[in-house]
Formats: sequence, C-alpha cells, structure tokens
Amino acid sequence: MKVAVIGATRGMGRALARLMAERGDALCLLGRDAGELEASARDLEARGARGPIATGRLDLAQPGGFAAALDTADQALAGFDALVVTGGEFAPQDALERDPVRLERLLSVNFTATAVLCQRTAERLALRGGGTICAFSSVAGDKARRNSYLYGASKAGLSAFLEGLGLAYADRGVRVVCVRPGFVRTAMTAGLPVPPFAGEADAVARVVLRALDRGTPVVYAPPIWRWVMLAIRLLPRAVMRRARF
Amino acid sequence: MAGLSLEPVAGWGRHPVAQGTVARPERLLLPPGGGSILPRGLGRSYGDAAVPAVPGTLVLETARADRVLAFDRDKGTLTCEAGLSLAEILRVFLPRGWFPPVTPGTRFVTVGGCVACDVHGKNHHRDGSFGGFVDHLAVQVADGSVVECGPQLERELFLATVGGMGLTGLITEVTLRLQPVESGWILAEAQPVPGLAAMLDGLRDAGKDWAYTVGWIDCLARGAGLGRGILMRGRHASRAEAPSGPLPEPRRLVVPFDAPSWLLSPALMRAFNAAYYAKHSWRRRATARPVPYDGFFYPLDGIAGWNRLYGRRGFLQYQCVVPRAAGREAVAELLDRLAAAGAASFLAVIKDCGPESDAYLSFPLEGTTLALDLPYRGQPTETLVHELNATVIAAGGRVYLAKDAVTRAEDFAAMTPRLPEWRRVRDKWDPGHRFRSAQSVRVMGDSP
Repeated sequence: MKVAVIGATRGMGRALARLMAERGDALCLLGRDAGELEASARDLEARGARGPIATGRLDLAQPGGFAAALDTADQALAGFDALVVTGGEFAPQDALERDPVRLERLLSVNFTATAVLCQRTAERLALRGGGTICAFSSVAGDKARRNSYLYGASKAGLSAFLEGLGLAYADRGVRVVCVRPGFVRTAMTAGLPVPPFAGEADAVARVVLRALDRGTPVVYAPPIWRWVMLAIRLLPRAVMRRARF
Repeated sequence: MAGLSLEPVAGWGRHPVAQGTVARPERLLLPPGGGSILPRGLGRSYGDAAVPAVPGTLVLETARADRVLAFDRDKGTLTCEAGLSLAEILRVFLPRGWFPPVTPGTRFVTVGGCVACDVHGKNHHRDGSFGGFVDHLAVQVADGSVVECGPQLERELFLATVGGMGLTGLITEVTLRLQPVESGWILAEAQPVPGLAAMLDGLRDAGKDWAYTVGWIDCLARGAGLGRGILMRGRHASRAEAPSGPLPEPRRLVVPFDAPSWLLSPALMRAFNAAYYAKHSWRRRATARPVPYDGFFYPLDGIAGWNRLYGRRGFLQYQCVVPRAAGREAVAELLDRLAAAGAASFLAVIKDCGPESDAYLSFPLEGTTLALDLPYRGQPTETLVHELNATVIAAGGRVYLAKDAVTRAEDFAAMTPRLPEWRRVRDKWDPGHRFRSAQSVRVMGDSP
C-alpha cells in the first residue's frame, strides 16, 4: 500500500505507521512540525521500511494548504492509494467550556477540516480508480454525554460524514473506514480518569490495520467498545440525566 | 503538565511506595521552571531509585519517547530516544542480526535506564557494562540546556551520567553499538556444582571460553553444601548451530493478584530450591544445546508481574560485589548470614565481574557479585541488609543502586571511593539538585 498519513508522529498514528512500515508499505508523513516528521520518518526507516519515508507539510487548521499537501504525497508515492487521518484536536470538556477559541478550533479541525480533506481525497482517489480513506473518529461521537459532548459532537459529525462518504463513493472504488477508538492510553489522554476497557495504542493499531486492509466501514478499537457503546446508546435519556452520565 | 493526578510510584520490589505526579510524554523535554524532576524508565529498578522523595514530585516516565533516530546497518550503531526498550530493540533488530551488547535480566528496560544504572549482564567478565558501548548521550541538564556528551566529549558529564541514576539530568538520546549475532539462539550448558569453591572456580574457568556465564545458588543450603547450585554457560549460536525454523514466540503468563504471604514461607522456599537443584542435577547434560535467547536471558520476563508473588509488602533485592582479593571468604560469609537469617528467597544469582568502568558510580568491579530477593518483613529485613553491607564494606565491595532501597548514606559513602568526584561533576551541572529521588535523599544526602 502507498499511504499518506496525518498524525504519524504521535500516539495511535505512530503505532499504526510503524506496523505499516514494518510490513513494507510506502509512507508519506504529513503534518505541522518538520522536526517531528523527520524524527518519525527516520524511526520508520530504521524499523524496516522498504524505502525512504517522505514528509510534507499539512496543517489541519489550514484547509487552504490541503491540495498542495496531497500533491506532495502524490509525488512522493507516485500516487498514494490510501489516506490515514489520526490527527485531530483534543481537550477535556471543562477546558473547552472555558475557552471558546479553543472550542472553535477543535470543532473546525476535527469536523470541518477533516471532512474537507477527506472529501477532496475521495474525489482524487475516485478519479484514478479508487483507494481507501481511514479517519479516526471516536466512541465519544456515538452518544452525547454531559461531560464530553463538545469533543463528542465534533466526532459525531465526522462519523456521519464518513458514513455518507463511504456510501457516496463506493461505486467509484473508494472505501471509507471510520475508526472509533474507545479510551486508549496515550499522551493525549494523560491525566484523564482511566475507565474500564482502556486500550493500548499498539493493540488499537493492529485492529485498525486489519480494517484498513479489508475496508471495514466502521471499526471499534479495542473491539469490545462496540458492545460498550451499544449498551450506552440504549440508555434512555432520563437515565442518562439522573445518573449524571 | 497540568491535569496530571497523583499516582502511587514504586520500584519493581514494590517497596517503598510514594505518590508522584507522573507524566508520560512522547517528547522528552523538561517543563519550564525549576521544579524537582525524577526521570523514570520502565520501573524495573527494584528499590527507590525511581521513587519520588516528596509526594507530588514530577516523575517523567520516558517509555513513550521510543523512536529510533538513526541506525547504521553496517556497524550496528543505533541512535534512539532514551525511552526505547531492549525488548523493542530485540524485536526490531534481532531478525537483522543485531543484539544488545549488554543486557540485564529483563528486556523490559529502557535504554536510558540501562545508561543511568550502567547495567551489566552475564557477559560482564568479558565485555564490561552497558556504558562501555555508549558512544554518545544527549542530556537535558537542570538549566534546561541539552548537552551532548560521550567518552571524549564532555567526558566528566558522561562519566557522571553513566551509572548516575538519572541524577545529572534527563537522558534524552543515546547512541550505542549493538553486537552482531548469527541467530537468536543461545548455545547453553547447565552444570550442577556441589559448593561455593566449585562454583567460583567453575565461573572463572567457564569465563575463558564462554561469552555468558552465571550461577544460581541455593542460599538455604548450609555447611558443606553452602554455595551449591547450577552453573550456566552460553554463547550465541552460529547459523549452523541454530535449529532451523523461526524462534518460538516468548510465552507470557500473568500474575493477576498479590500472592498470600505463606507462599514464600521458608519451608516452601527450601523445598523449591531443593527441587530446582535436583531437577538440574538429574538432567545432567554434557553438551551444550540451543535454547531461545529469551529463556536464557529473561526467564522471569515470561511471567508478567512476577513481583506480585512477594505479596503486598513487596521485597528487597540485594546485590553486592566483592573484589576478587577478598576471596571466597567474603562470599561465604554473606551466604552464611543469609542462610542463618532464613530470609532469602528462591535463588541467589552469582556471577564473576570483569574490571570496573571509569564511570564514577558504576557498580561492577573485578570480583564476585551476588544477587538475591529478600521478602520485605520490615525492620528485620533492613537490619539484615545493614549487616550484609558491613561485610561488603569490610571486603572492599559495594551494593548496586538499581536494586537498593535501604542502604545508609554513611555505608554508601564507605563503599564508593569515587563518590566525591561524582558529586563535584553533578554539582557543576545541577547545583540545586533539581534531579533527585528517594534514593538520592537517602544515600547521597540530598535535601528532600
């Protein structure tokens, strides 16, 4: 596979990029911090990537630069056939409640910008016969909760968008994978109370890679979160309110 | 570092425990400001080397900073972030024919931790300790600047950082030389030996021809059987000697809860040791056979959380080295004290060490090292350690800080002739002792 990855320098994206590099996928890492991208590229090369790992600049907060970034990846990989977006914004609910600037940024990066990027990429892939788009949403988008609905709403929007994108482009050979991680222990979730069924980045990456290969439309990782969220979605509103859930 | 909550922090021996504010960043960078910092790797040091001195101290766990930054495929020179583990190095580089130059008894250690403890392994008699294979370090010192050092560059800082227990600064990058191997198999031999004299002679003889040597001794045996045990020898199998087919996947069992205290009662331990000795005596093998590297180097890594077998109170690991000149009398005296106390556990490990390194606080010196677990029973266990230390000091030996939890400052000073040199260099780079631990307060007299 020839994959453009956004978010490969950290957390789940780093773990996923390592799995792909070790099995011989060609990668182009896109992101904001050139130094970090280079460090991760060297890491992937040393871990057995087949060739040199390319990097290119992409800032999710600046959709104006998306076309150029996708061009960079296309040039580096002679036409990529998969896009993986693990990058995004995260902040705890109370921080978002306090800080409207941060809230606006999170909503626009996680939903607007990611949707714009995936839409553009879908068209690009469809024009050359197809490919795969894999974006990281979250279980927080499955059900609004009082203590995570701001982040959750951005991911709910993204999940809905990805579902529609998959339906719309299926006939043109573009497969869309919506990853919904449950709680995963990474630097992003540091300091948050750890719920039951918390996962590790490496295990999540293995689940995601399988879904990416198969083109599974929706994948929960760790997989048990599919059933956890099913149960939570079935909770009546009155119970959610009274349990302060 | 906002939003981090307090959590209990302990060494592998689970004694002592203190509350720390634990950060696990992906990029190793000191936070701005001058607060106290405790770098910590994968937490395999046994005692209080990576335990905060004061509740709430910032504990910087490095294991998420695990990128390989460069690898020279011809020379096997690896540059990595300090949180990379030996387990990951083995997973990635062993299939390409490279092995850590020195490995302790667990692969779940970070490269930064290996440097900070200047770890040694079964090849110390031949190859020395970990620091001897380190070409370069990047250390972020107390004022926030990153200092490059190595055997030639900023040599004093290098010699104070290797074996310096993380007290000179935050080790962020390490360059080390891996050793080439032809397979992941070890050609190993196990031989029963009836007593201490035979064990020490056996280690010395085996060391002439074998890269790896170690002895396991039944430290509950006394009298003529004092020091009886199993002598193990090994070397990397060549391609021709290795079995065909892939290495078996390492097995992983899990200890899911703290064991009850009777599990490690003296009677049960005596029975275990006798059975272990009998098993190897019976399975006498005249010739070496190939075994997977993980079974040879890391027998306990197969049991995740084996430290819980010692129950909730935890345990101390005691490791000391006595110079060869002090001879077997000192080793015999230590073993006798242990047997008399009846406080030791399954097995003790005995090993002969080669010459000491130039690093000021490096543990090994030419002589014999002894390591064993002591279930923690409060004051009696600490008293026993002080008694053992008295014997070690009289013999001109020292204890290993990566294991230690109770040695007194005056005893540590008596064991460590190069301590003043180390203090001078540390004070130059960290005059305020921003980097400190429960251990540095205890043995170096840092203010908490």
